[in-house]
Amino acid sequence: MSPELGHLALALALGLALAGAVLPLWGAARGDDRLVALAPPLAVGQFLLVAVAFASLMQAFVTSDFSLLVVAQNSHTEKPLLYKIAGVWGNHEGSLVLWVLMLGFFGTLVALLGRSLPALFKARVLAVQAMITSGFLLFLLLTSNPFARLDPAPLEGRGLNPLLQDPGLAFHPPLLYLGYVGFSVAFSFAVAALIEGRVGPAWARWMRPWVLVAWMALTAGIALGSWWAYYELGWGGWWFWDPVENASFMPWLAGTALLHSAIVVEKRDALKRWTILLAILTFSLSLLGTFLVRSGVLTSVHAFAVDPARGVFILGLLALAIGGSLLLYAWRANTLEGGGLFAAISRESALVLNNILLSVATAIVFIGTLYPLFLDILSGAKISVGAPYYARTFVPLMMLLVLALGVGPLLSWKRGDLGRAARSLRLALLLALAALPLAWAIHGAGPVMAFLGFALAVWLVAAVISEWAARVRLFHIPLGHSLARAAGLPRRHYGMALAHLGLAVSIFGITASEAWTVERLAVMAPGDTEQVGAYAFTFEGVRPVVGPNYTAVRGRFSVAKGGHAVTVLEPEERTFTAPPMTTTEAAIHPLPSGDLYAVIGDATGADRWSVRLYMKPLVSWIWLGALIMVAGGALSLSDRRLRVGAPARSRRSEASPVPAE
Amino acid sequence: MRPINFLPVAAFLLIVGAFSWYLVSGEDPRVIPSPLIDKPVPEFDLPPLEAGIPGLASRDLAEGKVVLVNVFASWCAPCRIEHPFLSALAAEGVPIYGIAYKDAPEDTRAMLAELGNPYERIGVDRDGRVGIDLGVYGVPETYVVSGDGRIRHKHIGPILPANQDEIRAAIRAAGETP
Repeated sequence: MSPELGHLALALALGLALAGAVLPLWGAARGDDRLVALAPPLAVGQFLLVAVAFASLMQAFVTSDFSLLVVAQNSHTEKPLLYKIAGVWGNHEGSLVLWVLMLGFFGTLVALLGRSLPALFKARVLAVQAMITSGFLLFLLLTSNPFARLDPAPLEGRGLNPLLQDPGLAFHPPLLYLGYVGFSVAFSFAVAALIEGRVGPAWARWMRPWVLVAWMALTAGIALGSWWAYYELGWGGWWFWDPVENASFMPWLAGTALLHSAIVVEKRDALKRWTILLAILTFSLSLLGTFLVRSGVLTSVHAFAVDPARGVFILGLLALAIGGSLLLYAWRANTLEGGGLFAAISRESALVLNNILLSVATAIVFIGTLYPLFLDILSGAKISVGAPYYARTFVPLMMLLVLALGVGPLLSWKRGDLGRAARSLRLALLLALAALPLAWAIHGAGPVMAFLGFALAVWLVAAVISEWAARVRLFHIPLGHSLARAAGLPRRHYGMALAHLGLAVSIFGITASEAWTVERLAVMAPGDTEQVGAYAFTFEGVRPVVGPNYTAVRGRFSVAKGGHAVTVLEPEERTFTAPPMTTTEAAIHPLPSGDLYAVIGDATGADRWSVRLYMKPLVSWIWLGALIMVAGGALSLSDRRLRVGAPARSRRSEASPVPAE
Repeated sequence: MRPINFLPVAAFLLIVGAFSWYLVSGEDPRVIPSPLIDKPVPEFDLPPLEAGIPGLASRDLAEGKVVLVNVFASWCAPCRIEHPFLSALAAEGVPIYGIAYKDAPEDTRAMLAELGNPYERIGVDRDGRVGIDLGVYGVPETYVVSGDGRIRHKHIGPILPANQDEIRAAIRAAGETP
């Protein structure tokens, strides 16, 4: 497969995408069934053509075809195969092809799995999806051609940034894109609904699985990126509030809100306008993230090569997609009146509170990310916004969210009984208070926030279990009946419980590792011992090692606790030649109580090395929690009532969208 | 149509406006301006590296001629990239003063013995205190100082071939400032 074939495939895909954006919409407006029926095959065609382009680009990377500019700039013959493949999306052009591939993938899924969707609605959804695809294909072909040739071809490529040569990071971008692009389906559903002017429980039911899939992928992608930062960047941090991290976090926050507000639409036919707006905003934030990374507007470790022409183009794309959809919203939103009423204390209100808190949190991150930019425009001052800002704004908000999260699921729809919920939560409250002295006993003194975090995590776990107990009437009716009730609870209910438990696990990890990490920066000679908390790290010296495309210095630390050997840690400092760069490979030994973490730095004088040693309590729970959240999402997704196309018992009553009054 | 429904799109247009302004202005967000430009060099007095080459104090920079102050170290690999250019400038008669930043004197001497010494004066900033006053955050850094002892231009990182004209222009401009 030659690169030219890939280029041709992209151009043809653009043709199909343009046709797919116009014809089905036209057909749906004119009532022409033949044009409406074109939407699914056009969606599949776009996907297949982009897949051909992607495959030929991947082939060029795997075979190290340096006559291709992107390959020469980002690959190297000595690179292991995994990173040759990951190199395809380790650069601006290739990652855009992956973006478009995933857009096509989701379009195809909607075309093939959306059998229960009314034909007109499906055609409109696919048309909106094709519009987005057209925009990105134009961006690719006009400003970022991945198949540009280089003549004469160099004998060797420049190589991939060694920091990115890591299994964790190889899969971080595809998962993130799966999340970003997954939200495009919610966006298309929202725009199609605005065009039709009707939103109802069925609409929310169709949309929710897509939001869930995107949310799971984004959760996994963000967690993977943060885990990578933790073990690769070598200073023990796992979240930096870096503009590009924020760019992926904002759609996650908004997507989480969307996941919850869609439930209200589905169950109670309320919050329709808000949910539509949220669906538009969630994908808009995904687009914004793409813009920030690629335009050079913000500086970041993640930023791709900067090209003003690209920045202007993608800004135009952004303005068209987001501006257009928001204008459509402004024009059509008040046709979506109404729905069920609910009392101030009810499940609906709890979910509204969830949405308010998550939206404000998104706004906080948004302001923190873009404030330096606006300040620079207005006054020319250069500042950066860091952790202290978020610690004062974002963190308290999340604490409020967790507090409310314990109560929300216990309230019933329409009109909840706070007193009854409080009675179910007495034990949870007691346990949360008991956690305070317990945390003190385990970790000793610490910041007030740390104890609050601990108590909140315990509160959340206990509240989730209490909610389950209340639902199966545990100890109120015979145990057998309770178990029968437990088996009868829908899977999505267990999915929710699991996701909430995952959040609690992450909060444990964040709280403990932020508050009680012990850190030692030292210059050590072989034989020196450094005490880190309860652990004694003895430096035994260094030796050189050779990897496939790097050389390294490997240090050796034996760690003991109370005279008993615990483990041996062997951190490395790797020196890559293509491109020339050094990276640190932290040595991490996970223990039930936390991670032992060692980094070796530069030599300072004869056989003396600067080292960093940490004991980080419960830090791996952060990512374990994220994993549990994703598992919760998967469980919820496997509920047959949510699955797209699966026959649902209540389908008769909800298959057709309810016309808005 | 209700006005409140237009709120999102209005807010968005504001943001797009800011972005376009920023993109069109063509400003490189990575350039960090030094607050010291056109200000006198902060007070300092650094001991010499070895006999024969005098040390460096801030008063040495206000002797009426344009000088180049270069912050360097033996442990700094990029410093070796710009070294030939500094030597060329020195051969052309531009006074180049060095600040050996956080470096062991014996290592600095070994480096200069290996590569040659373009510096007329070298001040040893063993603990990096002067570096803090100058706002050094990456080595090498190069300052063009005019005859009245004011910093006229600051370059962060090695002077690559692409930056050489910029440095020469800054030296010329500093010579013309009254």
